[in-house]
Parts: sequence; C-alpha cells; structure tokens
Amino acid sequence: MAELTLRRSRMPRPAITVATAVLVSAAAAGLLAPVLWPLDQSAVDLAQTRLAPSWAHPAGTDDLGRDVAHRTVYGLRVSLLVGAVAALVATIIGGIVGGIAGTLGGPVDRILMRIVDTVAALPHLLLGIFIVAMLRPGLGAVVLSVGLTHWLSTARIVRSELLSLRTRPFIDAAISGGAGRLRVLTRHLLPHVLPKLALATTLMVPHAVWHETALSFLGLGLPPHLASLGNMINDGQGSLLTGAWWPSLMPGLVIVIVTLALATVVARWRDRLDPRVRAELQL
Amino acid sequence: MITAEGITVAYGRRRVLDGVSLSLARGETVGLRGPSGAGKSTLLRVLALLHRPAAGTVSIDGTAITGTRYTVPAAVRTRIGVLFQSPRAAADPRLSLADIIAEPLRVARRSDISARVADLADTVGLTADLLSRRPHAVSDGQLQRACLARAFAHTPDYLLCDEATTMLDAATQALIATVITDYQQRHNAGVLIVTHDPALMTRWADRTLDLADLPATAR
Repeated sequence: MAELTLRRSRMPRPAITVATAVLVSAAAAGLLAPVLWPLDQSAVDLAQTRLAPSWAHPAGTDDLGRDVAHRTVYGLRVSLLVGAVAALVATIIGGIVGGIAGTLGGPVDRILMRIVDTVAALPHLLLGIFIVAMLRPGLGAVVLSVGLTHWLSTARIVRSELLSLRTRPFIDAAISGGAGRLRVLTRHLLPHVLPKLALATTLMVPHAVWHETALSFLGLGLPPHLASLGNMINDGQGSLLTGAWWPSLMPGLVIVIVTLALATVVARWRDRLDPRVRAELQL
Repeated sequence: MITAEGITVAYGRRRVLDGVSLSLARGETVGLRGPSGAGKSTLLRVLALLHRPAAGTVSIDGTAITGTRYTVPAAVRTRIGVLFQSPRAAADPRLSLADIIAEPLRVARRSDISARVADLADTVGLTADLLSRRPHAVSDGQLQRACLARAFAHTPDYLLCDEATTMLDAATQALIATVITDYQQRHNAGVLIVTHDPALMTRWADRTLDLADLPATAR
C-alpha cells in the first residue's frame, strides 16, 4: 500500500517532507516570534546601517540599521496572516455567489456569472489597488483588497460542481426516495462541494500572500514602518543602488520558498482528493 | 394506475417526445423499447416525476400530479421507485451500501431502519459484509442490487427500470429480474422496463410498447 502510494502520487515524497518542514517552521516562527524574539517595529539604529551579513546580523541590516533577518520573521508573520484571512474572505464570497448560482440556476445564474466575468475582465491588481485606495490603509484594507479580487475562481468552482451534481442520477434517486431540498443540500451537495472549497481556499493562500507583497511593495499595503515582506523588498530597492544587495534578498527568498512549499503541499492534497487518483490509491 | 397523457418534452429546439401517452396498471409488467435517443429515458423520468414536460400530464389513480421533483409531496414521490441504468452514477460515492439503502428510510424518519435495511439487503441478495463497503469497493452488479433495495425501501406501487440490467452480466441480470418479479407478485406492483434487449423484453414483459408507435391518447 505504501509503495503504491509512493509510486502513484504525482509528487515525489522528499519534496512533500521538505515542504511540510518549511511550512511548519514558518508557522512556528510566525507564532512564537513575539514571545521568543520581540521586535520594536519603529526602532532604528543609524550607527549600524547597511551592514553586510555577519554572525551578528545573519541577513545584514537595512538603511535604517534594522536587522533584516529579525524583520523578515515578522514580515512572514504578517504575510501568512493576511494570506490566510484574505483567502478565507475570498472563499466565503465565492462560496456564497457560486452556491446561489449553482443552486438556483436559470436567470439568477446567468446574471451572477456575467458579474463574475465582468470582474474577471478587470486586471485584479489594479482593482486591488483601487479598493485599497478607497479604504483606510492597514491590515483590514489589504485583506479586503485581496479577498474582493480573488473570489471569482471559487465562485466558478462551486457553481460548476453544484450544476454537475444537480443532474447526477443519485440526486434524482434521493428526490425519488422522498428527500427534500434541505436534505439533498446538506446530505448530498455540500459534502461533495466542501472538500473542493477547502482545496480552493488553500490554493489561494500562496496567491494571496503574493498579492499582499505586491501591494506593500507598491507602498499601498501596511504602513512603511511595519515589517512586511513587500515593504522590506520595497525598502531594499534604494540599498541596491548603493551596492547593498542583502536587505531585499532574504524577504524575497522567504516569500518564494514559503509559497512554493505551500503550493507543493496543496498539490499533494489535491492529488489525494481527485477521486480517480484516490480510487487508485485505495485499490 | 399511472397514466401519462400527451407528454411533450424538448431539449432546446429538439423535440424528444411529442404528445406521447402511455399507462401502467398495478400488477402488470410493461416493456418499452425504441432506438437510442428516442426519448425512452426522458419518458421514464417524466413518469417518475423527475422531469417537467413542456406539455402533458401525469396522473396517479386518476389524480393529476402538478409539479415535479421537490414540489411533488414526498408521499406521492415515494409511490414510484426508480432503478437507473448506471448504478455508479445512481449511488452517492461517499456513502456505504447500508447508508445508500437507508437513505429513503431516514428521510421518512423510520424507527426500524437497521432491521429494515437488513431485510431489504436480504431481498436483493446482498450479504452483510458488503453493506459496510462503499460503491468503489463493490461490483456494478452488487451496487445495482443496493440501488434496487433502495428503490424498494418505501414499498412503491410502481417500479420504473431504465435499462437497469444493460450494464450487468447475465447472472446478475437474471437475479435482478427474478427479484423484481417476486416483488411485483408480492405487492401487486406495476413495473415498467425500458430496454434494448428484445429477448429480455419478451421473457419479462406482459406487453411491449414501441415508443415510435405510442399514440397521443392513453392505451
């Protein structure tokens, strides 16, 4: 069985182990940092600006003399939090829109899906910037901006799943057996849709993290003194011109590694959820 | 008696059924044949109150049924049992065979569910060890037997079978035909069989209808 699992899954096992280890350490670092390694976000040390990486400062210091490694941990914390909450917001909106369209069908479905198409036709980063510009800057604005621009794929997934389920003979059989709308919804439709919805949410987290970073990089995310990966990469631009490459390197590397790890683990989970693969795994 | 009169169904512009009528009395077995795509399954879905026809009415014992699917009272819907062509598609892949059979009983909040499931499983020849398995772990024939047990759950007065044995091996086909005939004799049920198989049709049905010949008035 174990051999089968290893051979048939599309993702090699060591990649999963490494990715899981990366994610666990990132989450642990984010959760434990305020306890183990507190950071004064507004502190600067002008005597130690742009120090190259050393034992005292493993990732160097930036142009305000702040430890890059230390701030990266806090930046990651913000990115993961924003990514997770924004993905959740997007899932809720997408789940509701897709759920209504897929359950009611007909004209309601057509109208809702045209709205989805219209929003999808707008460049989502531009729309995100517009939303942030309308709100007071801060974490809430970033979360809303990412949430309100990323629900489209979830809505489409939920809708198409519901529409295809509605015509399946086992739904007919349930109706013929006397089941009402509520029972069919809770007993046959939701149990099939929820795993896909959960998968869509997790697939969205890396995307949301990148989006938050992009907004912060553009100076539209969190206030500049707060450590966030996007802010740090943005700040590092100035240092690059003076030859100091390290202030943007570590946050940049961290964002790439963590999102890759997240995508790897999610891809594995998606493989397992795919009924065809799952049937192969169980046989 | 379940009667369909002047049933017209169109998918988009294509008219599948055009003013078709037929009736099924309790105690008789009616075979319905016709080429693929002629609308046999559609007519069966209309009779099972699962598809709303563009025109025409379905009535049971002289009472016209208004509405389809959820809008038909459960007590009326459960008088008609349906056996679908593909047991794979007709069984929720997440549920065990016992849950699949118990589903209509739970809807009706019956108190004796486990005893009734065991009884139904016995009727269709499913052994107890199969009941805890899920659809992917049993054969098509075993799954179709579970679907048949589910269709029997409310002791329907009419049983509609849509190519229900087409995908099965000869032994399972014969077993399902025997089980249905037994049920029919015990409960005086009306059985409608849709099939391509002329041999099965002549052996099984009291009378055979060709969809192309069905007139616009009930016969």
